[in-house]
Amino acid sequence: MSAQPETANKHVRPFYWSVRRELWENRSLYLAPLIVAGVIVIGFMFSAIGLAERRQAVLLLNDPLKTRTAIEMPYSMAAMMIMFTTFIVAVFYCLDALHGERRERSILFWKSLPVSDFTTVLSKAVVAFVVIPAITFAVVIITDLMIFLISSIVLLVHGMSPATTLIHTHYFLNIVLFLYGIVVLTLWHVPTYAWMLLVSGWARRAAFLWALLPWIAIMFFERITFGTYYFYSFIKYRFGSPAMTAFNFPDPKHPCLDSLSQLTLGRYLTAPGVWIGLAVGVAFLGIAIRMRRYRGPM
Amino acid sequence: MTCVEARGLRKVFKTTPALDGIDLRIEEGRILGLIGPNGAGKTTALNAILGLTPFEGELRVLGQDPWAAREQLMREVSFIADVAVLPRWIRVSDLLDYMGGVHPRFDRAKAEGFLAKTTIKRESKVRHLSKGMVAQLHLAMVMAIDARLLVLDEPTLGLDILYRKQFYDSLLNDYFDGTRTIIITTHQVDEIEDVLTDLIFIDRGRIVLECSMEQFEGRYLEVMVNPEELPAARALKPIHERPVFGRSVLLYKGVSRDELAPLGETRRPSIADVFVAVMGQQNPEARQ
Repeated sequence: MSAQPETANKHVRPFYWSVRRELWENRSLYLAPLIVAGVIVIGFMFSAIGLAERRQAVLLLNDPLKTRTAIEMPYSMAAMMIMFTTFIVAVFYCLDALHGERRERSILFWKSLPVSDFTTVLSKAVVAFVVIPAITFAVVIITDLMIFLISSIVLLVHGMSPATTLIHTHYFLNIVLFLYGIVVLTLWHVPTYAWMLLVSGWARRAAFLWALLPWIAIMFFERITFGTYYFYSFIKYRFGSPAMTAFNFPDPKHPCLDSLSQLTLGRYLTAPGVWIGLAVGVAFLGIAIRMRRYRGPM
Repeated sequence: MTCVEARGLRKVFKTTPALDGIDLRIEEGRILGLIGPNGAGKTTALNAILGLTPFEGELRVLGQDPWAAREQLMREVSFIADVAVLPRWIRVSDLLDYMGGVHPRFDRAKAEGFLAKTTIKRESKVRHLSKGMVAQLHLAMVMAIDARLLVLDEPTLGLDILYRKQFYDSLLNDYFDGTRTIIITTHQVDEIEDVLTDLIFIDRGRIVLECSMEQFEGRYLEVMVNPEELPAARALKPIHERPVFGRSVLLYKGVSRDELAPLGETRRPSIADVFVAVMGQQNPEARQ
């Protein structure tokens, strides 16, 4: 063998650059939540005109829970809207992640580089399971901070103390609770997103329908053939229950978080559903990696 | 050193064999043209070499099994499929960053040097470049990789003459150094005629002709024959005959120049002419 010249790059980081690549391709991952956050902040600015009077009225309520709920309202609204946005973005991202490269034929380019299918699929999974939740968290925290600053300024201008926000709500505790909630939710939905990644690598077209229809078909099949609802309850469980095992609500009719002691991480982590879900998710990703080996342009 | 070695390479799609037991040996430092009609199995052969498709039989590329070790192999192999495979959303500067970030043999300075000779702007996205510029960009990336094998599958498809000429010029002048191996498939045979050192015709999954260009030139000869010489010329068993402006051009295989010279003007046939003749022999029913 002839002597090979020195390699030009000694420090290659295929995984890191694969994740960066995803963010170049899918700028909506951070643009969409930022735009929604911008709209929320601007909307809040307009509504802040009457904030001082409302705050005065709210402070006169003699139920601290109601006072708190009223003050927290814009914060939780913002969080919910941003989370909903990133959820939609995540669904579209996962359903396109292994589909787009085949549709636009660029898979031939990616496969001409020394980046394994494992690295490629894993980078897409990391975007879904780490990057999107991190973006969600960061954007929500920044938006909440903006809302706090705006309301503080408005209150100061009207001769009121912005401290009323901090006294009657759990501003910093809420950040911790929110972070915990995002982690718990993400872990719980690993199989859901992994399934969508798998379908995006498998389907020739209409990945969205392929991701959804089999489950609906099974539900109807079970209902018509056996007259039972086991599969339906399973789907409901898969989409509804992390909150019930990860948090402890003394009064389930009014789910409300006051302290860190309500976080039941132990109970969550010992719930078999979490681990079975993770195992299924990992299996889905394994199949997606294996399948990409055989995949070419469509 | 052997670059590609195949024994009994087979690939069957459903019931149709795309590759029907190919034996192949490509030495390092060669520029091989893989020529064949549509559906002959060219792209399937290249895909097998590049680790893009599983196959039956034995195949070694730079000593490795491409299907089992694609990632490993791609450190030393570059590939241009056709001009449309660069992702449309990527920015030129990002592409440079990415290549430098994932490819151990990518020389960014070299790529920048090639790009400087073009009008491609760093901040442009691929979707805003013309077809020719995308080809230039891809070629700049590939030429900046210190690869041992470069595979080109219809690399100039859809490009205008200027870009096509430029493409092969830079490939020869700025890239090929006599130790690298290049495999090219194209329908524009005339463009690569002077570039090649080796030639393979492939038809229906089988190799029908395999030779170096020296062998090719020694083996095939074309004569422009006047009508009165035609019976004598035909007696020497040409493999192909075509009329040109009232005269006939006859193609011979393995007949010496001395024998042919009295019949008319002899010359080296083009690859395309030999291709037509050889394919005609392969499936006579297809060309009446």
